[in-house]
Formats: sequence, C-alpha cells, structure tokens
Amino acid sequence: MDFQVVVLGGGVSKKLLPLVSQELPNALLPVANRPVLSYVLEYLELSNLKDLIVVVEGEEAAVHVGSWISGAYADRLHVEVAAVPEDVGTAGAIRAISHHLTSKDILVVSGDLVTDVPLGAVAATHRRHDAVVTVMLCSAPISGPSESVSSGGKDKTKKPGRYDLIGLDPTRQFLVHIATGAEVDKDLRIHKSMLHAVGQIEIRADLMDAHLYAFKRSVLQEVLDQKSAFHSLKHDVLPYLVRSQLKSEVLLNGVPQEEENGTEKVISQSNQQMLSQILANASESTFPLRHALGPYGTTSVRNTHKCCVYIAGSSKYCTRLNSIQAYSDINRDVIGEASHLSGYSFSAQNNIIDPSAELGAKTTVGPHCMLGEGSQMGDKCSVKRSVIGRHCRIGANVKVVNSVVMNHVTIGDSCSIQGSVICSNVQLQERVVLKDCQVGAGFVVTAGSECKGEVLAKK
Amino acid sequence: MGVQKKNASRVSEDPDELVRVPLQAILLADSFTTKFRPITLERPKVLLPLVNVPMINYTLTWLESAGVEEVFVFCCSHSKQVVNYLEKSEWFSQPNFTVTTIESQNSVSAGDALRLIYERNVVHGDFVLISGDTLSNMSLTQALKEHKERKKKDSNAVMTMVIKRSKANPAIHQSRLGTDELFMAIDPNTKQLLYYEDKADHSKGTLHLDKSLHVDNPSLTLHHDKQDCYIDICSPEVLSLFTDNFDYQHLRRHFVKGLLVDDIMGYKIFVHEIHSDYAARIDNFRSYDTVSKDIIHRWTYPLVPDVMNFANTAMKLERQGMYRASEISQSQSAVVGPFTVIGSDTKIGNNTKITNSVIGEGCKIGSNVVIEGCYIWNNIVIEDGCKLQHAIVCDGVIIKSGAVLEPGIILSFKVVVGPEFVVPPYSKVSLLQKPIEEDSDEELEYADSTSAIGSQVDKSDVEIVSQVDNTHFSPVSELGMGGAGHVWSTCEGGHEEEWRHSVAPIPKDKILEAIKTMEDDMELIHDGSFLPTSGELKPNSNDSDDDDLEDSRDDSYYFEKEVEATFLRAVHENIQESHLILEINSLKLSYNKLTADCAGAVFYAMMKYALDSPHNSADGLLQNVQVVFTKWKKVLRSYLTDIDEQIEVILKFEEMCSEYAKEFAPLFTKILHHLYNEDVVDEDAILSWEDEKKDADEADKVFVKQAQKLIQWLKEAPEEDDDE
Repeated sequence: MDFQVVVLGGGVSKKLLPLVSQELPNALLPVANRPVLSYVLEYLELSNLKDLIVVVEGEEAAVHVGSWISGAYADRLHVEVAAVPEDVGTAGAIRAISHHLTSKDILVVSGDLVTDVPLGAVAATHRRHDAVVTVMLCSAPISGPSESVSSGGKDKTKKPGRYDLIGLDPTRQFLVHIATGAEVDKDLRIHKSMLHAVGQIEIRADLMDAHLYAFKRSVLQEVLDQKSAFHSLKHDVLPYLVRSQLKSEVLLNGVPQEEENGTEKVISQSNQQMLSQILANASESTFPLRHALGPYGTTSVRNTHKCCVYIAGSSKYCTRLNSIQAYSDINRDVIGEASHLSGYSFSAQNNIIDPSAELGAKTTVGPHCMLGEGSQMGDKCSVKRSVIGRHCRIGANVKVVNSVVMNHVTIGDSCSIQGSVICSNVQLQERVVLKDCQVGAGFVVTAGSECKGEVLAKK
Repeated sequence: MGVQKKNASRVSEDPDELVRVPLQAILLADSFTTKFRPITLERPKVLLPLVNVPMINYTLTWLESAGVEEVFVFCCSHSKQVVNYLEKSEWFSQPNFTVTTIESQNSVSAGDALRLIYERNVVHGDFVLISGDTLSNMSLTQALKEHKERKKKDSNAVMTMVIKRSKANPAIHQSRLGTDELFMAIDPNTKQLLYYEDKADHSKGTLHLDKSLHVDNPSLTLHHDKQDCYIDICSPEVLSLFTDNFDYQHLRRHFVKGLLVDDIMGYKIFVHEIHSDYAARIDNFRSYDTVSKDIIHRWTYPLVPDVMNFANTAMKLERQGMYRASEISQSQSAVVGPFTVIGSDTKIGNNTKITNSVIGEGCKIGSNVVIEGCYIWNNIVIEDGCKLQHAIVCDGVIIKSGAVLEPGIILSFKVVVGPEFVVPPYSKVSLLQKPIEEDSDEELEYADSTSAIGSQVDKSDVEIVSQVDNTHFSPVSELGMGGAGHVWSTCEGGHEEEWRHSVAPIPKDKILEAIKTMEDDMELIHDGSFLPTSGELKPNSNDSDDDDLEDSRDDSYYFEKEVEATFLRAVHENIQESHLILEINSLKLSYNKLTADCAGAVFYAMMKYALDSPHNSADGLLQNVQVVFTKWKKVLRSYLTDIDEQIEVILKFEEMCSEYAKEFAPLFTKILHHLYNEDVVDEDAILSWEDEKKDADEADKVFVKQAQKLIQWLKEAPEEDDDE
C-alpha cells in the first residue's frame, strides 16, 4: 500500500502518572505483558504497512522506545524513530518530521491505540473518495475514564462518556461537523451552508474520534506550513479541514506547489485526480457537496474537498490508552472479551499461565487472567481477572482482583489487591490492602498499610 | 359466545377501545394571513379555485378518504360564504362523514380558533388538525397508529407532525412551495422533534442549538431537506394547551416552539415522514402555482381533475397532460399546449396559444392571445391580441384588446384592464383600495383589523358595488382607458421580495444574485471573521462571540453589585463572617465566577464601605480602611488562597484608585502597606504585580512608582520578613 505511516508514540503523559516515567514512556506501558505500542505495530504489520515513522516526545523516551523496537522488530519492520521536543502537540510532531514524508497519503496513528479494526478498510475508504482526510470513528466507551469506581449512583444518571460531537452526512460517509474537547459541552453551532449542501446532518455524541487518520500528504503539509498556530491534529487541523471543505483553500494552492517537482508530476497528478474523481462519482452516491447549488447551476466552480469517515463496527474493539482507567480497562479486555488481540493462546481455563510460572498449593488462577514467565505464587492465593507480569514473587494467601501487576514485583503474604495497578519493582510488604490504587515504580508499601483510591509513588 | 368473551376481555384491557371515539378533524377554513390579498378581501382562501375546484374540496375529499368521520370546519373571515358554499355542496349529505361548521367573527389566529373549539367541547379524542388549503393523498393509518402507540407509552406525546422530504433552495432560502427554509432537529430513533426553526435569520451563517439538546440525545439529525406539511395529528390535550396558554396564536411559531422550549410540562412532539405520498399546503402564490402543476402532473392522484368531479362537468385527460371539459369551442388555428386545463363553455379564438395554464369555465378568449403559465378563473373575457404571462386572473375580469400582463400579476375580481395597457410585473390589482391599516409588520397579521375587514366586506356587498361603479365611470383609471381597479402599491422594501412568493418563476438574475451572496457568505466564513466551530477557539481570542463578551461583562458588573450589597447588609446587620462567606460563595456559584473575582469584589465592597463611612481627611479615610480591614479581613482572606487572587486585589485597588482618584490615590502606598501588614497580600504578590506592570504603559505605572519605596523595602529585606 502506498501509505507512509506515522505513529505518534507520545512522551510521558501526565494523565498516566505514576505508571509512566522517562524509562517507561507511554508507548512502552505493558498491556497484557507487552508494550502497548506493539499492538499498533503488529496491527500495521498485518495490513502490510511496514514503512513506519515512530515519533516520540523527548529524547530520552525516544531512546528507550527506539531500543525496544530495534530489539523486537529489527527484521520485520522498517521503523524510524524520531524524537521531537515535548509539548509540541500532534501537529507539531508531524511538522517536525514533515521532510520525511514522501508518499501520496499519510496514515497517522496514535501509538496508544488498541484496536482490531482492519486498517485496509480505512485506507480504502480514503482512496475511494479521494479524501483529504479520513477519520476512523469508533463508539465511545461506555465507562468513561473520569468515572471512577467509587462514584455513586449520582453519576449513573449521566449519559456515558461524551468525547466528540460528530456530524455526518445522510450516507454516513462524510464528516461535515466535528466538535472536540471543551466544545462538546457548549452549544452546538452548525454552519448553515453545510446544512444547505447536505440537507441533513446527523449529530452523534456516541461516536469517538479514534485518533487514526489518513491524510493526503500535500494537504497536510500545506496546512501545517500555513497555520503555524495549529498545535493538535485533532483539535486544530481536523476541524479546520472539516470546516473549510465547502470552500477549500488547500487543493488550489496544493497544485502549484507540485510544480516545483517538475511538470511531469503535475500532469500525472491531475490525471490521477481526474481519474479518481471519475471513480469516485461512479462508485458511490457522489459527494453531495458538489451538487450544492442544485438545478440552477452556476459558472463559478467551487473548490471542495472531502473529509470522510470510517465507522468501526460496534463489534470491533477500539480503545485508546490515555488514562489510568483506560489502562485498567484495556488490560482487562485484552485478556477478556477482546482476547484475540493479545496474540496469546488461552488455556482450557481461559487464562494464560506461562509454563515457567510456579504456583503454590491451593492457589487458583481464574479465567481471564495472565501470569508472566518466572513468576512465583505462594500457597492459597487467588487471582481473578488480573494480569501479573514477569518474575514477580507473590507470597501466600494473596488476593489479586481486577488488577495489573507489572514485572519484578514482590508481594508479601496476606496482601489483598483490588482494582489497582502495581508498577515494576514495587515491594508490597505483608498484609497490605490496596483498593483502587496506583503504585509507582520502585515504591515500597510498608506492612499492614491499607489504602483506598490513592496514588503511591516516590517523590 | 366464545367470540363475545374474547371481545369483552380485549375491551377491558384496552381502555381506549372502551369508548370508541370516531376520528375527528378540525379544518381551519381561514389561514389567518394576508398572503392571498387582494383576492381574499372578497373571497375566502379556501374557496379559491385550484385547478378549477375550490381548495376546501381537496381537503375534505382527502379527510373523507383517510377515514375521518367528523369534521369541524372553522370559518372566520367570509364565514357566510364558506357556510353557503358547503350548504350548496354535497358535503353535508355524505354518509359516514359529518361536516359541521363553527363560525366565529372575532378570531384572529389559529390559537383563537382552537380555544373556541375547546369551549364548544366537541372534540373528544385524537384529531387531525389541518387547514383548508392543504392538499394530500397520504394514508393516515400508519401515522395514527404511531401516534396512538406513543401516546399509550408516554402521555406527553401530544402531537405528530407530518413532514415530507423536499429540499429548499439554499441560495434563496425557500422551498419550491415558496415557504421559508425550515431547520429541524429530530431524534432519529424516537422521531421526536427537538428543534424547529422556520423563520431563520439568513444573515446568520450558523445554526445555534442549545447544548442540552445534544447532551440529552446521543444522536440527533439536523434536517434542512424536510418540508412541513401542516397536517398534525393531535391529542385532545392540544386544545387545552391552547386554552392554558392564551398567548399562543400561531400553530408553529407559538405552539410548537413553545412546547419545544418549555420543558417543564414535558410535552413532546413527534414527526411522521411520508415518502411517496403527496402533501402540501398552499401558503402563498408560489405554492398555488407549484401545487396546481403537481395536480396537473398527477402527483396528487386521485385528487386530479378527471377524477374529482365537482362541477358536474366531466374533464377528460388527453395526451400530453391536457385536461378538457366537454363543451369547449376552440378555433382550429388555436394551439393548446401541454399541461393545460380548460373548463367547460370556454371559447378560444383564432391563432391563440395557451401553454401550461389553467382556464376556468365560461371564459371568452379572443384571437392571437398568448397565455403562458396563467391561472384564468371563471367567466373572464380576454380580448384579441392580449399577452398573459404567469398571472392569476380572478372571476369576471375583462382584459381589453392588446393588453399585456407581465409575470407575477394578480388581477382580483372584476378588474378591467384597458386596451393596450401594460400591467407592470408583480402588480396586485383590485377594485378595492388597499387597506391602509396594513403594516409590513408580521405581528399585525393577527391584528383585529384583518378579520374586521373580512366581515365588513362580507356585510357590505352593496358598498362594493357602488365603489365599483364609481371607478368604472372614470375614463382613465390606473389601468388605462376604461380600466377599473387599483394597483396596490407594495409596501416599502416589499417589492424587492415580491418575486419570492409570486406565481411567476423566479427570475434568473435573482437566483444568480442569491448565489453570489451565498458565495460571499462562504467567503465570510473563511475570512475567519466567523466564529470558528472548533479548534482555534481559544478562551481569550478575539473571535469569541460578542454576545458572550457582553454577557460576561454584565455578569461581572452585577456580581460586584451583589457582593457589595451583601457585604453592606452584613455590616449593618452584624452578620457573622462565616455566614457572609457562605452567601458570597453562593453568589460565586450562581454567577459562575472564580475565587479571584470574589476576592476582587469583596475587596471593592470593603473599600467602598470605608470610603462611604464619614471621614474628614485622608487620615480619616485611612483610619476607616484600617477599621474595616481589622473587622472583615477574615472574609477577604478566605478568598486569597493563591497569589493570583492577591494580585487581583491589588489590581482592583489600582482600579479603585483611578476611579476615586481624589480620595484613594494619595493613600495608595499607605493602604497597600497596611494590606501587607494585615497579611491580605504578601510580598510575592506585590512583587509579581510590579513585575506584571513592567511592560505596561506609563500611565499604568503611576501606582507602581508610588509604591516603589515599599517594593524596594520588600526586595531588600526579604529574610527579615520571613522571620516575622
């Protein structure tokens, strides 16, 4: 496929503290005992996209990500890891690596995406409509990230998570309106000209932008060049493209830019455009905006461009790891209902226990659990719906429920861990009770402590 | 026996079935508008012929075929004419179909009509609300079923509106029926109507939906491609709602919008979309033209001329959509083009050409006449060599030889156009003078004058005749030699818009013009002068809506006033500090303010109090300030958790100093020092305030300079302070 892929690996996200650090940036956060980035990379590999640029915020984080990738995918993928300064935003990240981009279309994927939506379908949609941008939408998760377990019945009356407001045309192929971030909670403003053009706009609050975009390269580069204030793809570039699609500025300016590369290319490009236009008109119910003026017609040809969507089916799994709640959810799902994503084969008990793991007497590991290699568990332990990493030492009489335990964790006897995330090298002494806690890497929890809903990390 | 039992049990389950109410309908035989003037000054709109059959017949025929059993015809203007017509017609003698008339002389709106019907207490169950100018061939079964089912589940579902797909022209903002473009928001799953806007402000490029709409509904569809058919299935509650809300006049503008906006009662309106069926309301001359053509093109089957036989004269459909009555005398050389209807006893002279027109009964059309796209009613004389384009010509009109009617002309009853006279486009001509009371203001459509004129005309037929005679004798009238009639001057600015609602097709140049404006609007959007819908919107950017800015400005003003009043009350009534804090906190919440705003407002209130307390000199004022702060600083301090809030206090103080320059300005440093001593502001705040002012204008630096000594002192002895 003639797609260049940019994976936005992020840096060290504040939202995920204390789980992440310079040594363990977002991209390397383990989900079912393998870095979250591996899900994206393998998913790209499946679609035969092997030419990747991984952009990481921060030099140190980039080094860590780079060394992991070169170790894990050296012979399989052609990956280039680029470091960009922190806080440049997604648009800034693309701007920084813009000179590396050469192919006709660019696929931009967020490195924290865990999904099984076929990428080929997104790319095909993009090509079929000759779109400027194609956005993958998935249904918004039902349990919102902000909704903690402790929130009482009061929040239940609220509707499930609302992240984006998305306006679709009647055929649900084109994106005609998008409101993201803080605007979701404001009054809705729709351009009448857009409504005139498509006649009917469906506003959906139950769909979410999955942060997977296919861009036309020339357009993306041009927008980034011209609008230096744009910081984020999702909040700036995408809304700009959606808003200006009836009166496009990009295509018109895009063509002369091509001239620098020689006239031959222009001809081939315009030919290609024409061809794809013809194809587009033939294949689908035609882009409604072209006929905006109706039967009266007009001599002034308006420049339009198209913003398309690919809506992932509700049966597909599609979640972003961008909060601690999401981290717990994804871990649970990957070894639970979306187990095909994990790439592991499950045992008859519907769980994964590495052969090298040692289990004490009367210890039970329930379904939808995972136990990494070299981990040891004492007697009378019980593990339910949890992931336990490699080389953990777990004492006797320990209960682990709905939790994630990373690598090299020592857990003393009679501990109880519920709904928590325990990072690597943590030591839990005896009789520690944790409920809905996050314990940062290397932290020592003293014997007998009881914590609920706390963040425990080294200062 | 068994069958009976079965029935009995079913009846008890379903209370609706217990008393079977015949399906009723309310037909408003008055549209309560003035759009069909001058014709409606002399004849009610529902009796105007539409393809040679009075409109009300179409509506009644449909109601009968749709299974309605009882119709209440509400007559207001020209009520006698409507009643007389119905009495003469067969409608009163139909089996299984009762038509009852309700007359009123003083109703000025649909709201009044429904209130009156409610008083009569004749409607008992669900009913169809329709106006007498609506044409449809839809089946009501499905819509009624949906309505009843919804009603059973949710007693607040009081109305089902029928809508139909029809795309308005984006350039001229109106549908092919000449009605304004309509914006609706509908819940795609429940079909509940959430938003209805038919009088949209074209100058505004965006549609503004309240956030509560999309908060409550995970998905909703915005429609611009739908047309309101003005056929409503209503529950009896609708009538009582009109009675409860005596200010509801217009069905859509007041009632529908009222229900949508008012969520206290929770009444809901739903829509039913028809797809292949026909439904349209004749709202203006353009829809008269459109619907007539639809009838001739048989979209409204079975409501077509050769099936509907009211005048007992059989119409025959010939090829190319020509309908001809039996007794027509037509010259051999006359050409009658396609899609034309010709009534009985009409004579057509030599070399006359008629296309796309409807000609009524008993017309005499001379030779060499050209008629294109016209609606010629009954008993009209058109002499030789006339040229008529896209006009409506009412009964008894005489057009003398050689006269020309330009597009869009309305000739009301018995008007005479003089020979060789050219009537300018979009003229409205009547024997009656244009009522002077009329105003372009929309609201006045409901003014009492409307119906007063109607009834006055009704009663004083004689008067009209004499008026007619008067004009008749004047040799040169407004319509040439021997003409009779007054050309209604269009109200100011109105002429520009005449083309929108006339029978004539929309001129090309108007459309090009409209497209031009549309593109300009588009330009405007991208010039960035528009509020960006997303993304670039930064909280402090200049792009934000002016209204919002205004609002927030007003807000802070009121907030400050409220805090001040609260503070003064606390001082005078000796209210405890903690209570005062509580009150201010509640103000903060209700005005959605930050803590910094509170700090500023409280500080302002305190200083103002000190200033208003009696004092003789600057020292007295300083003392006042000190007293006030000793007593109330706790209140202020509870809002000073952060350095930002302290800076806000200093800035506020600065502001006050320039406001009350005489009193406070000389004391700035002293009071600032006092604030510092009282721990209201700390050193960091003062220093960062100074820092902030570094780049300010010289004028802004006056107080920084004044306080320079204090700042210097703070800078030099920081450790010392810490020890304190």
